Amino acid sequence: MKELKPAILFVIVFTILCGGIYPAVVTGIASAVFPKQAKGSFITDKNGRMVGSSLIGQPFSDLRYFWPRPSATSDFGYNPVASGGSNSGPTNPDYLKTVADRVKSLHDTGIQGNVPADLVEASASGLDPHISPEAAKVQVPRVAKARGVTEEALNKLVAAHTEDRQLGILGSLRVNVLALNLELDKLAP
Amino acid sequence: MNPYEWLQTILFFIALLALIKPFGTFMAKVYQGERTFLSPVFVPCENLLYRICGVDTDEEMGWKVYAAGLLLFNVMCGVALFAILLLQGVLPLNPQKFPAFSWHLALNTAISFTTNTNWQNYSGEQAASYFTQMFGFTVHNFVSAATGMVVAIALIRGFVRRKASAIGNFWVDLTRSILYILLPLSLVYAIFLVSQGVIQNFSDYKTVPLVQPTTYDKPRLDDKGNPLKDAKGNPITESVTAQSVTIPMGPVASQEAIKELGTNGGGFFNANSAHPYENPTPLSNMAEIFLILLISGGLTYTFGRMAGNPRQGWALLAVMLAILILALGVLYWAESNGNPLVAKLGVYGINMEGKETRFGLAGSSLFTVATTGTSCGAVNTMHDSLTPLGGMMPLSLILLSEVIFGGVGTGLYTMLAFVVIAVFVAGLMIGRTPEFLGKKIEAREMWMSIITVLTSGILILVFSGVAMMVPSAVASMANPGAHGLSEVIYAFASMSNNNGSAFAGLNGNTIFYNLTGAVAMFIGRFAPIVASLAMAGSLAEKKYVPPSLGTLPTDKVPFVLWLTLVIVIVGALTFFPALSLGPIVEHLTMLGGN
Repeated sequence: MKELKPAILFVIVFTILCGGIYPAVVTGIASAVFPKQAKGSFITDKNGRMVGSSLIGQPFSDLRYFWPRPSATSDFGYNPVASGGSNSGPTNPDYLKTVADRVKSLHDTGIQGNVPADLVEASASGLDPHISPEAAKVQVPRVAKARGVTEEALNKLVAAHTEDRQLGILGSLRVNVLALNLELDKLAP
Repeated sequence: MNPYEWLQTILFFIALLALIKPFGTFMAKVYQGERTFLSPVFVPCENLLYRICGVDTDEEMGWKVYAAGLLLFNVMCGVALFAILLLQGVLPLNPQKFPAFSWHLALNTAISFTTNTNWQNYSGEQAASYFTQMFGFTVHNFVSAATGMVVAIALIRGFVRRKASAIGNFWVDLTRSILYILLPLSLVYAIFLVSQGVIQNFSDYKTVPLVQPTTYDKPRLDDKGNPLKDAKGNPITESVTAQSVTIPMGPVASQEAIKELGTNGGGFFNANSAHPYENPTPLSNMAEIFLILLISGGLTYTFGRMAGNPRQGWALLAVMLAILILALGVLYWAESNGNPLVAKLGVYGINMEGKETRFGLAGSSLFTVATTGTSCGAVNTMHDSLTPLGGMMPLSLILLSEVIFGGVGTGLYTMLAFVVIAVFVAGLMIGRTPEFLGKKIEAREMWMSIITVLTSGILILVFSGVAMMVPSAVASMANPGAHGLSEVIYAFASMSNNNGSAFAGLNGNTIFYNLTGAVAMFIGRFAPIVASLAMAGSLAEKKYVPPSLGTLPTDKVPFVLWLTLVIVIVGALTFFPALSLGPIVEHLTMLGGN
């Protein structure tokens, strides 16, 4: 039992070092060098009011807005304190019914033919801020009609908000839905 | 696969392979007490720690003392975390006023983090205070990773030392793992992750107005907080409009870095590395996958270098890479085909359920095989929603005892147990005394290797079987039929192998899963550790037998193939029936359209 004393002392030492000093140092450097990111990448409007985070998606269901991906967070979609996916298995009958309902509600808004998977399948985090460029494009006619703007103007807006692969290689092409909708409100209020 | 996905996957592996040798060399120097570029800063710190804790650095330990120190230290760590979780309500740094964990959840969580499993039956943003995350979980991410690493190093010493009674000093190995390897890398990576958008602060959760308020049906509660039901038993709901949402904050980056580096995997948030605040960009995603594989990959070179034959280390890495890339290919293929049942509904594209848009399929697939080949268990994709054959890949990688890179240290010592078995079986076939690195492999080594390799398999099959007979355990399944069985097998596979990822539909926060899981994690962690240390002790005592004509070369291609086969056959023989009833049946029903 000679090892009991160092066992206890090392638990205390490493708790202070790894649990106290290390996170404190990271916080200090991070808030000095990358203050915006460290705080949560929040977006403010021209009055300085916080309107959301560019990393956290928001629920949109109005015909006048581009819709995000479905979200399986509890209470309501895009609830940031309840991150998570649906965890539905691929053959679960309830899940297949949910997807069929989502396809129908898209068709009800005038979208025709097959729809892109990301627009009817829930994300892993439930907070995914992005949709694919295809998912944005199929919504253009609906938003154009609801806002009374030309589809051409909206296509341009979507193209301008399509983020390239990072460093030209990594990840996929994507559109930030919140940023796109905020811009939409400025373009055609 | 589009060319970008090929390119990013290939570049990833090139970058990883390029770092194996320099990083493996660095780790070997650290454990052998040689000077490195960090020595001028850290040697004084190191000596200070030894003085505070009363450690004599010249004292070498036999395997029993080494194991006793390791177990005592880990038990103390577990007790400390258990206490923090039970006292959470009265401890500081708790802006959301989270209450204490229930005793069985606290027990499960304490053992989960002590054993490097990081199975989580709670959701971080709704249950854990900043104090718990930092002084509890972050600390355990470091110490449990270091524990795995020192066992691997002790086992290497067993192979290298001749007629020796000692295998090193546990306290010195532990301190060096944390001070020279884990802390500096975590610090650099945490800052890098913040640059990508991972948060790092101590603010209260932020309330943010919604651009478009959202309306939803909220269940009505009675005075006691139970949901009210109407005469037909349906819940009574009322329509509520949310004008704003609450966004959780916290010191995330500091935990994220060590969570990946130490193959721990316990997410700050419920969505783990799928959460945009844990993994905001495709680049942060690749960096996190890189961290997951870095130490386990590097340790193969450390092993080769310490054993005086770097080719031996490369041989082990080749086995790991071969199986990892095979699993990656199958997973990518299965997911890119999409879900035929969903396609029938008028949907095109890959299976996107449980995936994030930004990572792309390559980034999601690579993360999934990396996190389950190692014992990490962080997820950027919800494994429960993968297609049946896709989901079988992470499950199979865990079932192979996590030697495909494996957890930090655990991957190497489990792989060495497989090597011992492979050498022994080959030795029997060619009629020679089996030997590895000049050490004779005898009954004792075989016993210890078998304990290391088979403990988790026994735990998985026994506990999954028991769960099928307990109605309340069956009721925890989120998906019906074959998929539900996959959820339960995955849960016990994940806990017994200290992975921590989940087919997360299963509701694990019940007394049954909390307690059986705690037992599975504890035995699954410490039985192989003690067996490996015992093997280290027994090997160190042996004399060196120089290689002769009859010695099986273990650093050449035929042995690499043989070792791969042994790993696959042991895994297949143990789990084929279970896999047939779960994912394989589900795949066939999916193709059949039911």
